Amino acid sequence: MADRPVILQIKQVVKNFGNVYAVNGVNLNIHEGEFFALLGPSGCGKTTLLRMLAGFEFPSEGSIKIDGKETRDIPPNQRPVNMVFQSYAVFPHMTVFDNVAYGLKVAKTPREEVKKRVQDALALVKLDGYDLRKPDQLSGGQRQRVALARALVKRPRVLLLDEPLSALDAKLREAMQLELVKLQKAVGITFVIVTHDQDEALSMADRIAVMENGVVRQVAPPGELYESPNCRFVADFIGRMNLFSGIVEGQEDGSKLVVSTELLGKLTIPHIEKLSGKLHLAVRPEKLRISSEILPSAHFSFPGEVDAVVYHGSESHVYLKTDAGPLLCATLTNLSRSSVRPEKGERLWIGWAPEDTLVLSE
Amino acid sequence: MSVRSNNPIGPLDYTRRTWMRLVLLGTFIFLYAPTVTLVAFSFNDSRRNIVWRGFTFKYYEKAWNNSSLVEAFANSLTIAFLSTLISVILGTMTAILLWRFRFPGKAGYEGAMSLPIVIPEICMGVAMLAFFSRIGWPSGLPWPLNLGAITIAHISFSFPFVTVVVRARLASFNRELEEAAKDLGAGEWQAFKDILIPHMRPGLIAGALLAFTLSLDDFVITFFTSGPDTITFPIKIYSMIRFSVTPEVNAASAVLIAITLVMTTFALWFQSRSGGQSGGRAHG
Repeated sequence: MADRPVILQIKQVVKNFGNVYAVNGVNLNIHEGEFFALLGPSGCGKTTLLRMLAGFEFPSEGSIKIDGKETRDIPPNQRPVNMVFQSYAVFPHMTVFDNVAYGLKVAKTPREEVKKRVQDALALVKLDGYDLRKPDQLSGGQRQRVALARALVKRPRVLLLDEPLSALDAKLREAMQLELVKLQKAVGITFVIVTHDQDEALSMADRIAVMENGVVRQVAPPGELYESPNCRFVADFIGRMNLFSGIVEGQEDGSKLVVSTELLGKLTIPHIEKLSGKLHLAVRPEKLRISSEILPSAHFSFPGEVDAVVYHGSESHVYLKTDAGPLLCATLTNLSRSSVRPEKGERLWIGWAPEDTLVLSE
Repeated sequence: MSVRSNNPIGPLDYTRRTWMRLVLLGTFIFLYAPTVTLVAFSFNDSRRNIVWRGFTFKYYEKAWNNSSLVEAFANSLTIAFLSTLISVILGTMTAILLWRFRFPGKAGYEGAMSLPIVIPEICMGVAMLAFFSRIGWPSGLPWPLNLGAITIAHISFSFPFVTVVVRARLASFNRELEEAAKDLGAGEWQAFKDILIPHMRPGLIAGALLAFTLSLDDFVITFFTSGPDTITFPIKIYSMIRFSVTPEVNAASAVLIAITLVMTTFALWFQSRSGGQSGGRAHG
């Protein structure tokens, strides 16, 4: 992706409403043909950033370039971007055809071309034959496809999607995730999607920017974001995480870090970077191992007691209270119908491979 | 049949209770008996309006041949049409202003807007009379210019009603619809024309209907602003009753009722047809 030309250049963008900074110094380069996600909890500024790309808000400071062109003085109706709104914003008094054709008619496209392009766009989102329906005769999923076709028919340089799947039920959402990715690869248009659903971002995007309080915390492909978060916030926000703090005691062999933790004692973790002072350690629940005997010596291993077992169907979350104190969560996949799960009160050993430990700054 | 009547009356089945039916009947009699009597006696073959003497159309004929009554009727319709047109434009613009913008003194402006709704009509009438004589509004102009003062007075009390109705409709507008239109390339005016006006349409129709009715049957304010050559229908009727209540008055009133009914039915039909399309579902 990185070798492709940059299509969206966001530089030191600040947006404040009085004393409230919705977006506070964001730098991002989004490449052509990329499926890019802005991920964060509500109120983190991701929607404001998207609205600035569409032209509905203007940056207080900084610059946004689309295709190398500064957008400061370009109103929304003259930008080479189109948006799929959270409420879909399908025009209720127009048929499906008129909805999709609206952008082309406004641009005074010849009638024959309008007809052809609308038919193509409807076929693309699998709505052929729905031309004459009114929006109130469509399901939520279908209305979203209309919104998608309506934006894509304009052949934008960048398609902006504002929480496009949040109003759909779980099954439909999953199907649409897959379809959106296929669609994006087929049309080759850059997609920028805003979402608060980490699952959605991880499964669809080529790269994700995690935002918090108007600031971008990390920009990385999904795998890297999940396995190597760069700070406590990202580690905690993406997926489930066992987190605890510690203080660096020293370095060993130049490639190992000795950290003393209040709750688990002294741990030696492979880590190249030289660090000192306070830091956070983290380990993913699925990387934890549970055993009735002490784990092999290459692992950290702590004795403990099962505090609770939560059944989730495909997997179970086992909460273990170690004798030293902290509550750790381990994920067990229910591999067979007869999988035996630990029971509350059972005494077990819990541990993980040292290299699965994440070292995080504050 | 027997199955239904054997059903016990449910807690919310009010329409199946005798006392409720009686209340309903009483209400209808209270509301419509005077109107029905008025229309019925317009066909009464008697000079006095007290005893039924047989069926006739002759008072409709008489009313039709009464040129000053017809002229008053034409005046009323002209005034109602003009004041409705201007009230809808003015009222809609005010509604959009109040809905979209924030400006200093907005609360005061809103309050001042609804003054014509709450001020007693008699005060409005006196104020209008004093105002038009103070500025020396010309009299004796040719038709329809001589209706100017009445029309202006009518606009001033009916456009706030349009504002209220249209603003209520605007409250349900999803701003993303307008943004979507702009996003697809529409300018400010085009988005207004293609998206906002269709959404407002039921409100515009209801507001226009309200303004039309208010203007058509206004008596008090019109009384103070009309001159000898600008008699409107309600004022003409009032002057006719001062001599005697003849079935001619009933006939003229019945015609007015018929016109109002037809218009209301048409407006409601139109509203229900377009309401389903531009309403509710916009919020997805």
